[in-house]
Formats: sequence, C-alpha cells, structure tokens
Amino acid sequence: MKVMAQIAMVMNLDKCIGCHTCSVTCKQTWTNRPGVEYVWFNNVETRPGQGYPRRYEDQERWRGGWELTRGGRLKPKAGGRLRKLLTIFANPLMPSIDDYYQPWTYDYQNLTDAPLSDDVPVAPPRSLITGDPMKIEWSANWDDDLGGDPSPDPVLATVSEQVKLSFEQAYMFYLPRICEHCLNPSCVASCPSGALYKRAEDGIVLVDQDRCRGWRMCVTGCPYKKVYFNHKTGKAEKCTFCYPRVEVGLPTVCSETCVGRLRYLGVLLYDADRVTEAASVADERDLYQAQLDLFVDPYDPAAERAGLPADWLEAARRSPIYDLIKRYRIALPLHPEYRTLPMVWYVPPLSPVVDALSTTGHDGEDAGNLFAAIDSLRIPVEYLAGLFTAGDPAPVTAALRRLAAMRSYMRAVNLGQDPVLPDVGLSEEELNAMYRLLALAKYDDRYVIPTAYGNVPGVVEEGGCSLDYDGGPGMQGPFGEASGRPVPVSIESFHGLKERQTGDEITQDRINLLNWDGRGAPAGLFPRRKGKS
Amino acid sequence: MSAEDLLLKTGRFLRRSATGRDLHTLFLKGGTEGDAFYRDRWSHDKVVRSTHGVNCTGSCSWKVYVKDGIITWETQETDYPGVGPDRPEYEPRGCPRGAAFSWYTYSPTRIRYPYARGVLVEMYAEAKERLGDPVAAWAEITTNPEQRRRYQSARGRGGLVRVSWDLATELVAAAHVHTIKTYGPDRVAGFSPIPAMSMVSQAVGSRFVSLIGGTMLSFYDWYADLPVASPQVFGDQTDVPESADWWDAAYLMLWGSNVPVTRTPDAHWMAEARYRGQKVVVVSPDYNDAAKFADEFLAVRPGTDGALAMAMGHVLLKEFFVDRDTPPFTDYVRRFTDLPFLVTLERRGDAYVPGRFLSAEDLGSEEEAAGWKTVFLAESGEPVVPNGSAGFRWTDSGEGRWNLDLDHQPKLTLYDSQPPPECAEVLLPRFDGGRPLRRGVPTKQVAGRTVTTVYDLLLAQYGVPRPGLPGTWPTGYDDASEPYTPAWQEPITGVPAARAEKIVREFARTAEATGGRCMFILGAGTTQWFHGDTTYRAFLSLLLLTGCQGRNGGGWAHYVGQEKCRPQAGWALLAGALDWQRPPRQVPGALFWYLHTDQWRYDHFDAGELTSPLATGLFRGKRTSDLVTEAVRNGWMPMAPAFDRNPLELGEAEDPVAHTRAELAAGRLRLAAETPDDPRNWPRVLTLWRSNLLGSSAKGSEYFLHHLLGATSNLEHPDPRAPAGKLDLLLTLDFRMTSSTIFSDVVLPAATWYEKHDLSSTDMHPFVHAFNPAISPPWQTRTDFAAFHAIARSFSALAKDHLGVRRDVVALAHQHDTPGELAGRGQPELAVVERDYGAVAEKLAALGPLTEKLGIPVKGVTFRPDEEVTWLGERCGLVPRGVAKGRPELDTEAKACEAILALSGVSNGRLAAQGFRQLARRTGRSFEGLAAEGHRIVFADTQARPVPVAASPEWSGKESHDRRYAPFTINVENGKPWHTLTGRMHFFLDHEWMHEYGEALPIYRPPLDLAALYGESGTLRYLTPHSKWSIHSEYQDNLLMLSLSRGGPTIWMSTEDAADLGIADNDWVEAVNRNGVVVARAIVSHRMPKGTVFMYHAQDRLIDVPKSEATGLRGGVHNALTRVLIKPTHLIGGHAQLSYGFNYLGPTGNQRDEITTIRRRSQEVRYR
Repeated sequence: MKVMAQIAMVMNLDKCIGCHTCSVTCKQTWTNRPGVEYVWFNNVETRPGQGYPRRYEDQERWRGGWELTRGGRLKPKAGGRLRKLLTIFANPLMPSIDDYYQPWTYDYQNLTDAPLSDDVPVAPPRSLITGDPMKIEWSANWDDDLGGDPSPDPVLATVSEQVKLSFEQAYMFYLPRICEHCLNPSCVASCPSGALYKRAEDGIVLVDQDRCRGWRMCVTGCPYKKVYFNHKTGKAEKCTFCYPRVEVGLPTVCSETCVGRLRYLGVLLYDADRVTEAASVADERDLYQAQLDLFVDPYDPAAERAGLPADWLEAARRSPIYDLIKRYRIALPLHPEYRTLPMVWYVPPLSPVVDALSTTGHDGEDAGNLFAAIDSLRIPVEYLAGLFTAGDPAPVTAALRRLAAMRSYMRAVNLGQDPVLPDVGLSEEELNAMYRLLALAKYDDRYVIPTAYGNVPGVVEEGGCSLDYDGGPGMQGPFGEASGRPVPVSIESFHGLKERQTGDEITQDRINLLNWDGRGAPAGLFPRRKGKS
Repeated sequence: MSAEDLLLKTGRFLRRSATGRDLHTLFLKGGTEGDAFYRDRWSHDKVVRSTHGVNCTGSCSWKVYVKDGIITWETQETDYPGVGPDRPEYEPRGCPRGAAFSWYTYSPTRIRYPYARGVLVEMYAEAKERLGDPVAAWAEITTNPEQRRRYQSARGRGGLVRVSWDLATELVAAAHVHTIKTYGPDRVAGFSPIPAMSMVSQAVGSRFVSLIGGTMLSFYDWYADLPVASPQVFGDQTDVPESADWWDAAYLMLWGSNVPVTRTPDAHWMAEARYRGQKVVVVSPDYNDAAKFADEFLAVRPGTDGALAMAMGHVLLKEFFVDRDTPPFTDYVRRFTDLPFLVTLERRGDAYVPGRFLSAEDLGSEEEAAGWKTVFLAESGEPVVPNGSAGFRWTDSGEGRWNLDLDHQPKLTLYDSQPPPECAEVLLPRFDGGRPLRRGVPTKQVAGRTVTTVYDLLLAQYGVPRPGLPGTWPTGYDDASEPYTPAWQEPITGVPAARAEKIVREFARTAEATGGRCMFILGAGTTQWFHGDTTYRAFLSLLLLTGCQGRNGGGWAHYVGQEKCRPQAGWALLAGALDWQRPPRQVPGALFWYLHTDQWRYDHFDAGELTSPLATGLFRGKRTSDLVTEAVRNGWMPMAPAFDRNPLELGEAEDPVAHTRAELAAGRLRLAAETPDDPRNWPRVLTLWRSNLLGSSAKGSEYFLHHLLGATSNLEHPDPRAPAGKLDLLLTLDFRMTSSTIFSDVVLPAATWYEKHDLSSTDMHPFVHAFNPAISPPWQTRTDFAAFHAIARSFSALAKDHLGVRRDVVALAHQHDTPGELAGRGQPELAVVERDYGAVAEKLAALGPLTEKLGIPVKGVTFRPDEEVTWLGERCGLVPRGVAKGRPELDTEAKACEAILALSGVSNGRLAAQGFRQLARRTGRSFEGLAAEGHRIVFADTQARPVPVAASPEWSGKESHDRRYAPFTINVENGKPWHTLTGRMHFFLDHEWMHEYGEALPIYRPPLDLAALYGESGTLRYLTPHSKWSIHSEYQDNLLMLSLSRGGPTIWMSTEDAADLGIADNDWVEAVNRNGVVVARAIVSHRMPKGTVFMYHAQDRLIDVPKSEATGLRGGVHNALTRVLIKPTHLIGGHAQLSYGFNYLGPTGNQRDEITTIRRRSQEVRYR
C-alpha cells in the first residue's frame, strides 16, 4: 500500500444556484488574456444540456478517457502514444473553436465616438479570432436555463425511459465543472512531451509550460475537455486548482467565491498502488465502488505510517471531502466510466415533485411528511445515474434518500417534535454532523486545507524583463511570437493592460482591452473556416 | 510489451520524475517551479474593500485587487460578523455581475472625459462669445426655436465631443440659473435612485438639487418596486426580514420571486434552510432557477396569483376560523389587525354596501380627532374606542395612549348565535366576470348605524358560509361558479384545486405549530402589475390570518428594489439639505413622467372603465389625468412644477402664502398639472446620476424620447397636439455609455465604485460597510461628490448676481407620519423657503444649523443631535469663513459618510434611545433595552469590516447580535401601533376611492385587458423579469456577462409559440405593439409556458441591436413596449396611512399587463 494525499473537491449540486460567480471570478483571475478568451477553467452547465464544449461527453465522438482492451487492460480511448505521435499533425479528435465557441467583443468605442448620424449609435459584435463582424451563435453557456434544445445532451440518450422535454415535466439543475485532477489522468498519459504531471504532494494536475510543445493530445485525452489550448502561446493550459492559493491554505477562487456555499475542499488519502486496478474493473458500474475502496481511512495505521506531515494527516482526519464521499456517501464521481478516477465529486440535487403525479393525488408522500419520495422527483434518477454512477441508480437513490431523510428528521426537530431516526444507514450523530456540514457549512468546515509541504511556497521564478509584456520591445523571440520561453502571463496582463489602458486616446488597440489586443491570433493556429481567406 | 508501453517507459527516462507503477500517472515533485507564471499572476500589491453601487440589494463587500496601480479583479470578502453558531453565515456575498465589475474600469465603454453634443457646444460658444454671459447664451439657444430644435433633435444620434470640465460645469450652471430665473426652481429635476447603494453619491446631488429648490423624483414607486399594499396594510413603506431570517422559517413560499437570480448572495439561506426541514413552494409562470429548489412548483398563469391566494384564503378561513377556532390565529388578529373593528353599512337598493370605519365621532365623542378613532364591540356588547388609532397619534390627549393595549376583549364577529338575530345582505364587487356578489353578514345597530365587523365582511368576501346567513354562497371547495373557492381559481390560474388546498393547509398547520414561522418571499413577478396591490393584499391576508407578521421566520419578505438605507435619518437630512432649509421638493416619479412624457394623452379610456360594478360614478366622464389633477388639488399628491408661474415670483409678495392662496382662489394662478403641455409648465433641466433612466426604468421609453426629449423615436403615431422636446438640458453623470448618456446633452465622466468613499446597506443583511478607492479616479473622471461640488461652484458664481437671495413658495402634499395625514380632502400646504443662491456651494460643503435647531424627523419621532454636531465639528473640522462659518465641514465623501453615521439611530445608539424615549411618551409603553446607547459606528469601522446596525425607531424590527431582523417585531412585542388608521394592520380600506375601485377588501383583479382598453392586437403576454446577466442595464453591456449569455438582446419564448410563429432558437425576431418596437434574438425553451414571452429587464439598445424592419430605426429597449398606467387608488392622500410620503406612496410605474405581437424577421440585420 502506498498512501498518497490529494486535495479534492466536492460540490453539493443540491445547493447550486447556477449563478456562474465561480466562472467569472476564475476567468477574471486566470484567463482574461489573449489566447484564452474562449477558455473557462471553471464553467457551469445547465443540465440537461449540451455542455461546454458542446457534447463533450460524447466519447464515441471525442474518444477521451480510457477504455479496457479485450484483455482487460487500460488504454487511452483515442489510442496510445504511438498512435498519437503518428497523428500529431492531424488530430481529428479535437473540438474546434466552434465546439467551444468563437469568442467575441463589440465595437464599444462607437458609442462614444460616433459622429452625428441618423440613428442611435450601437456596438455590434466582432469575432475575437478574426476581428470580423459576426452573428453570435454559440457560447460557453448557450443553453443556460434550458435555452434552446437540450436534447443533444449525450446523457439524455442514456436514459432508457423516454423523458419528454415538455413544460409540464421540465427539470433542470446546474453542474459546475473544473478539472477533475484525476487519480488516473488520461491527459497526462496522452502528452507526448511529458509536460503534464500530477503533483506528488497534493495531486494537482498541471501543465509544465516550459515543456509543453503544443501537441494538444491532452485536449483529446481529457474526456472532460478541461485542458485547453492557448492559441497565443501555443501551449496547453488548464485549471491549476489555484495552487498558489491552496499551497498557502487558501481555498481555490471558485470555492471561496461560491455564493451558494456548495464547494468543499479537503484532503483525501488513497492507495496509489491500487489506482490502475481500480480503474480497470470490468463492469463500469463498479468503478464508483472501486474508487471508494481506494480511499484510505485517515485513522488507518497505514495512514500514520505513510510519512505524511502531521498537519496533512490532521487535515485528512477533519476532511469534509472524506465525510461527504466516504462516510455519508452522498457525493458521487462525475462520469466514472471514463476510468480516470476523477477527484471532484458531486452531491446530487433534489428537485420538485412531478406535477403529473401530484395532481392525481399520488405525490408519493406519506401523510404528514411534506417531502416527496425520491421516485416522484422531477429529475429522473436515471439521468443522475448517467452522470455519476455509469448508469447504476442505486447509489444515486441512496444519496438522495439520505438528503431527504435529513430534511424530515430536522423538520421534526425544527417544529419541536420528537424526531424519528430514518433508516438510511446513518447514526443520529452522523445525521447531525452531516446536517451541520451541509446546512451550516461554516467556512472552516468547508475548507480544510493544510499548507504545502516539500517545497518552499512562493518561489517566484518569473522576474524577467519588465519590457517583456506582450507586444513590448522585449518580446522578439527568434522564431516569432510563440517561441522562446512562455509569455509571462502576469506581466502580459498587468503591464500590457496598463500600457493600453492608460493611453490618452482610444485607439484600435483598446477596442477589446480585456482580452484582445487588436492584432488577432497568430495565423494558422485555428482551422480556417470555409469561405474565409 | 506493446509499443505504447515502450514509449511510456521511454518517456519516464526523458524527464526526471516518478511515474506511477502502471505508467499512467506522471508524478512530479517541486511543481511549484514549472508553472510559476500562475503564481506570479496571483500576486498583487494591495487589496481594497469596496462594493458595487448599482441598484441591486446585494450590498456585498468585495476585495478589489490592485497590481502596479491597475485594478485587476475582485473576489468576495468573507469577514462578515457571525450570526450565530447554529445557522449559516453571510459569507461570501456576491454574484457574477459584481465579480465582473472591474472590467468596466478600463473598458472601451468607460467615459473618460466630459462630453457634450457638438452642435450644442458650437452654438453655446458662439452665443457666449457674442453675449459675454453664459446665462444669456443659454437663454438665447433654448428660446430660439430653430437652434432649440437643432440640438434637441440631435439627441441620441452621436456627435458627442470632448469638452473641458470648466466648460461643462459652466454650461450646466447657466442652464440651471436661466431655468430658475425664467421658469422657476421646480422646473429643475434630479433623478438618482436607491440611496442605500451609495448614500453619499446619491445625497450630494440630491442635496444640490434641494438647495436650489429643484425637484427630486421618487424612484421606488416609479420602478413599481413599491408594493402599494405595504402602505395600505402596514402604514409602512416596506419593511422586510434580513435573509438570515429565512433560516427561521419553517415554510417558505416564493411567489413571483426568482431568488437565485435576483437575490443571488442570499439564495443559499433558502437552500440551506431546506436542510433544517423547511418546505419550499415556488409559484411562478415559468420553470425558473428558483423552481429548481422547490419541493413543489406551481405553474401559475401570469398575473393571476391573486386568485390562487384568494382561494387559499377561502380554505384558511373555513378550516382554521369557521370550522374550528384556532386560538393562536384568532388571538393574533384581534390584537394586531383591524378585523374586529366596526364598519358602517350603507343602503344600496335592497341591500347594503360596506361604508367606512365607525368612529368615536359617530358615538358622540367630542375628543379631538374623534373621527380618526375607530371602534370595536367588546365581548360585553359595548362599543369601545381602543387606544392606538391615528386619532391618538397626533393629539395632545393621545399622549401615552397611542398603543395596542386592549382593556376589553374585542368581538371578532357579530355572529353570536345561529342564526344571528340581525343580518344584512351586502353587495360585493367581483372582477372575474360575474355579477356582484350578494352575501349576508351579521349586523348590530350602534349609534343609530347598521354596522358589522371587518372579519364578518371578510368571510362574506371570501365566500365562507355560515349557517343562517342569507345570500349566495359556494356549495363547497368544488363549486367553481362562486368566488373564491379552490375550484373557482383552477381555470384562472391553472393550478389544480387540490394542490392549492393542500398547500394552504400545510402552510397554516405549520404556522399554528411554529407560532407563525411561515414566510412568503414576494417579487416583481407579482408586484409590478397594475393590480399588484390587490394581489399583495391577498397574500398578506394569508400571513395576517395565521399570525406570521412581526415574527422571526414569518411574514412577508418583499424583495423588489428598495434597499433599505439603514442610516435613514442621517441620509435624509443630507439628501434633502434639511440642515439648511425645509421643506425640500420631493415628487412622485411616476406622476411626473406620466404628465411630462405626455403618456396621459394616450389614455383615451374613461377613468370609470376600471371601477367597481358597484361604483357610484365618481370617475365617470373623467380621464386618468383628471384624477391626477384632483389628487394634486386635494393636497394628496405633490407635483412639479406646482403652479403655472415661477414660485420665486410668488415669493415676492409680502405674504407669499396668502398671496398664492388668493391668486389660486381668483383663478389667476393655476396648477401646472392641469396643463402640463403649456411651455411654462415643462420641466427644463434634468440631471441623472447613478441611474440609466432611458435604458432601464423609463416605461414608455419611446414617449420619453419623442415628447420629453424631442429625439427620434419609434412611436408610430405620436399625438400631434403634444409638444416634442420639453427639456432644455439633459445631464447625465456615469462611468459607462448608456441610453441615458447617449441621449444627454452633457455627459460627465464619473468615478466607479472602486474609486471613491461611500456607504452601502441593504434590507438583505444587517450591516453597513464602506466603499474605498482602490485607485484614484483615472483620466478626467470625478466622483459624483466632486462633480456636484464643481457644478455648485459654477452655479453659485453665476447665481450670485443673476438670482441673489430669493423667497420660494413650496407646495406640499399632506405628509404621512405627520399630523397632516389626518387632513382628508384639503388643499396643498404651502411653505416659504428663503434661498441664498450665491451660497449654494458653501452650504453644500457644510452641515447646516437646522440639524440641531429643528432636529431630524424620522417616522414621527425627532432626533436631537446636539452632541453629534459638536463631535462632527471636531472630527471634520469647522468651516473658517462664509455663510457656513463655524459649521462642521462636509467637503469630502468620507466626512459625509461620517455625518450620515453620526446622525442616524441605527449607527448611533444615543439617538436611537432618544427616539425610543419619545415613542415611550407617546405610547405609554416601554421600549427599554431596545436601543444600545453605547452602540456607535464610525466610518473607519465600516472600512475595516461590515458592521451590524442596531435597533432604532427608524425601523420596525428588533435587532441585536442574537436577534435577526424581522419587521414589526417591535409592534407585536412592545404593543406599538402600526402607522395606520386603526393602528393595526388593515384588511379594510375605507376611502371612497377604494370603494369606487372595488378594492376596500382583499379581492382578485385579473390583468388588464389591453385589447379592450387600447385596441391592442397582440396576444402574447410580454413580461420583463429581472435578468440573470445584469442588474438593470448595468453589466448588460459587460463583456463577461455577454459571453456567458447569448451576447445581446433576447426574448424567451415557449417551444409551442415558436413553432406556431415559425421561429427557431436564435432567430432574429421583432416584437411590436402600439408603444414601440424591440429587435432581439429568440431563445426557445420548454421551460417557458405557452402564451408568455420574457424580455429580461433592461437590455439596453446599445449592444448588438440592429435596425428594425418595422420602422427602419434602431430597435428599442425592453421598455419600448411598455407604458405607464396610473392606478387612481395610488393617488389617495390625507387619509392616515393613505397619505403621501416620498417613495412611501405614489402611483406605481407598473408594466406587466402588457401584450405584444412577435414575428420572425429577415435574418439579415443591419446595424447602420
């Protein structure tokens, strides 16, 4: 047994209000810069819906993640490295910019500068890729709140019972997504340059920008499509789990700014020796249990012997993640069938009762119990199972029953009645502790993050020349824009921004100051669209 | 070994790292080096606390990150004081809109310099050069018809040029001086909503406008965010629980409120309270973001919520009052509502109609204000005049008696025996299509009059039968023919009768079991209808009957606009310039716009059209505008301008008040409201700040453009009799380009919220906290504070000679919370105010002497801040010279913040205690322990961290570290009357106009039939709910929000309607009705009900709006399709709680009854 530690996340979808604050704070902090305009390390999807990039869950199309060979061994679904090397210059298994969305901005300055004319000035949209006028036809969140037709949702197709997308039976919930920081990351295995790695000390999966050669195999390999290609630097970028914050004990930006207070961060211990075994179980419905079995009880003597720093062990023992995943078993992995052993888990959402049932008097309620039975909820359990348990409804039902049981137990307490302990496999103490964690969700209970070990945090390599901001005089690499060492992101943003922003005149350079410098993208990095020169 | 594995193994040697044994995972230690640029990106120089002053109720404290003098991004603060170990906390507060704010700082829509319309600047410069005087130059341009037309018609068509601050303020000052001199100070108007969101920025402009005698326009009623039911029922503007009190509720209904979208930072309380066993019911037309959290979702047809609530009331009254007595409920309504009070019945044919409250005067009492003292029958059968009614509030003899003490147990019903010995058939109106109801009530003869109780009338109204009473009654819940049974509401609302029954039963049982811990969260979806007030009264009835009001975890939670300006007293003093002169001019916004944008001309229907079938014909033959004039004449509502003459001219008489009255009596002087289109009565100067009137709240926006501004509009048939182009000057201060700046003559570049000091508070949480500058205002931007001081200096310099010292006659309405509220039908009150026009700038920058001399009035008590003025002098310094010599300085925003905090009870326990002592004298009750005398918040506290406020007579609820704020807890727990006629919460409103409209009792009124009223041909219900991607028009232009949504104006519609109209998702469509045109893209969704479309609120015309096919011009904003519709009952004044107060009562600018046609248009769009 090799006990390793990872900082993992649980999101309680039952509390998610779909506000996208996490997406915005993440984008503002990390990706509001040229080359990654279309990138949302954190995005929130309305389900049912197509997601971002659209239909990313259709692995028949994108071939992300792992599959089992006939011999029962794991191999990347898109083929191994050899195949990748052979196809390196023609990768058909990568979403195009239109599958993400073509980022755009507007002719804002026209509002101020328009000469006297015959109508109200307006700011029409322009592509951030080509600079041309465009009609906006897709975005990172196009189907928000069931906008448009959610039926291409690949998970919907897995629900055997026909779910009608009608007003009467409408249901929805939100699914915030970041990189899963998997135990068995297929992006890492896909990289021909060895640029992707999983940090030994905390399990965070990162791209080494110095080493990345822009092959983009990681984009294909990741079934969650959470590795992105920066078309300015020609490198892959992805969610960093806010490691500069996590290392010093601060929650990730998406977590701390989550106004639904639904994100939890904490340490999980797992047996690294059995990762492959767990990812290789024959029946994909067993993957959830297999991954659960990998997690090591922090009070297990093996954990003690693993040589972890005391504060990490202590954090593992106080971990809200361990409690939600393993103790209460209400958090479930996203698409375990991808066999990457994801480490961002979700508490499934409750939902209103189905009108069709309640009007007939069959609303699945016991007399006196105001809360509906799980099988009468609007969100089909099968749909949730399609997301979280490779189609097995049992763990989903069990999780939802625990949530519902907690509510009816607490209602009795709230009303001053004698509560009856429901039979959902939790003791009274556990039920109360779960209630406190989910309902009170105090800051210190949501985030239990030990500070980094093994390295001195805060070592900043990037000094560089202050003239090295993008477009600055220091930026002449021998082979053009993307050559040499990577553009220091921070310097690009701050000095570049300052230079352009504090200029006295509104120039073309400042049309889209947030994330477009007016020069467009380096030619040829994106597939040309038909009809474009 | 496969080739892949070989490669993997090779890869292992290529870099120094540990691969997993299985070769799938590459572990790397020391990863802190490889991606250092993320680490560096995270670094920053400082973090500054500030917030967003947009008119949303969030009031969230934010960390603003600054690096190298550049604002980079923001994340939420998490340091709110804790609210208890057994409940969630407020951290973190914020939403995606707020998180995207820093984009504006350097965005290309940022206004960096002062701008003015080129043609205007040229004419002004030329005239000034020639005439040598700015005022003369302005006079010439605005009175020359050709020049006037030239610059007015250029409004909204580009051609802005950069000007200097000096030129801009000079031109603005000249316009002000000329207007005051020529037409009168009340022709100058200011509009800046929601002070709570940035009190000082609002107050400084309002203070300037008030000092010169200009008119401040109300916003809360104009926005239709004011639930008129609140003054009607509670005698209070709006007072609601903080969101932490949702946690205390055991049953929660969201009624027309989409909490996750519109109360994003508070929504978690709902999500979390469910885990405490709270049941959540969502009532909404669409399957919205809130419905996701519901245990039950009731899809109600838009605007019919009142029918559902009435049916629920029917079940509630039957099962919890008539079938069995529920002591917690009946005890509560006896003590805290008007249900036991006696109402006279008046003969109408062979039956009766309800009249008015029986008063002490009817009993022969000769005590003062006996007509304002209401009566009930004691259990003994004797009529009793209990304490607490309005007649005790303002009289000397009422001292110590204005309280809710009951010496006698009141009879709730006169139905003592079965059948009752005396009864009468009363006629009750209904608006669902049938003939008036005829239902019996038990009666008694008291003082020669036939009377019954409000409770008995209520049972008749709700159709709850009792044996032996005559009339037609429902035969049971399943009787669909009689209002207000569950079966009756089903075809109206679409909600199954059984579910309505079940839910109200659960609700009432929960209220009974928990002592009233049931809450309704109410929103714009139910408020902003023409008859939103009746809908609300049907809601409130459910809460009053179950004893939920004035309880923690119970009652109404109306969250629509408003935002509680917690330090109310200090803000009101500064904003009204009450420290220098009183009274200020404060006028209801909806009336002002209704008249001055000429929307009144388009109301062709008879004002009797919408009255009760039992109406006496009071409104017959009149137009709505006639009723407006009547209300102004009666002194019910104030209006600006007041007269068709300059009030400074009236002030020249020896006795200006007598002179004015004489001129009015002689018919030589007339109310301006009678002829609003007379050029003498036009508003001439309008200043907007912290507001985007034309892109957001301007209901009937095309009428604004055509009539008020003289700009090009999409109005198809403008009334040729009405003028086009009334305003001489439209001035807007903003930091971004909006519809308002686009149409303005002068645009001043404002600092953002990250560039100034200010204060923020809300009703959603109990804290006040600070804005702080993360950077200095960049380019030539200035804070509102600095801008108005600059304007004031320019103004004073010109006004010193042009205007001098003048006397101004101010016309006032009978004011709520003053003795004037007992005036009945009178005439406007008149006051004379002396204005030293040369000293305006000096007064603006100092705290005037009336502060301590007259004190600060707030809701009927007066704070005496003598010590505080001394303290402020020490803290802020004293003015060394001039008219304000020796007064505390208010020359910086921080000092103004300090003054607001020092002069308010919520932040200064000494003043709160003073106020409670006055209340104790008036009520004869004790309020000991409510105020913490030592509690004191200074500005630095709010800069360090959000600080909790304390209980004060400014508000009706208790609060302390262990007590969440819930309204009316002081009333319920300390026996303090509500500010109403009976002193209790009202079911019955006995004003004759209420009878005329058929709304004396809670009732269901369907949405207006616009096809009948206006001949409107559209059939799709056009709703404008609040958007997920903006706060009004703010953020709607923000690139981050646009990227997360669909990047431009959209209209949501159902799959069925889209199919019928041949519209596919994302097609360009046009919505057209008699008011205007909207061009947008369609979002087709099955979460939308058939027959209803949504255009989310305030999608401004500036982003991605092409030319319309209908007119060839730029499509309009969401309000291009709406109109102001004045409801006459909102004009009532001088009648206890039905009396005017600024933002307290006034006609609402409701807009939800609108309908439209939609069609697919050519998909080739043109922008220019």
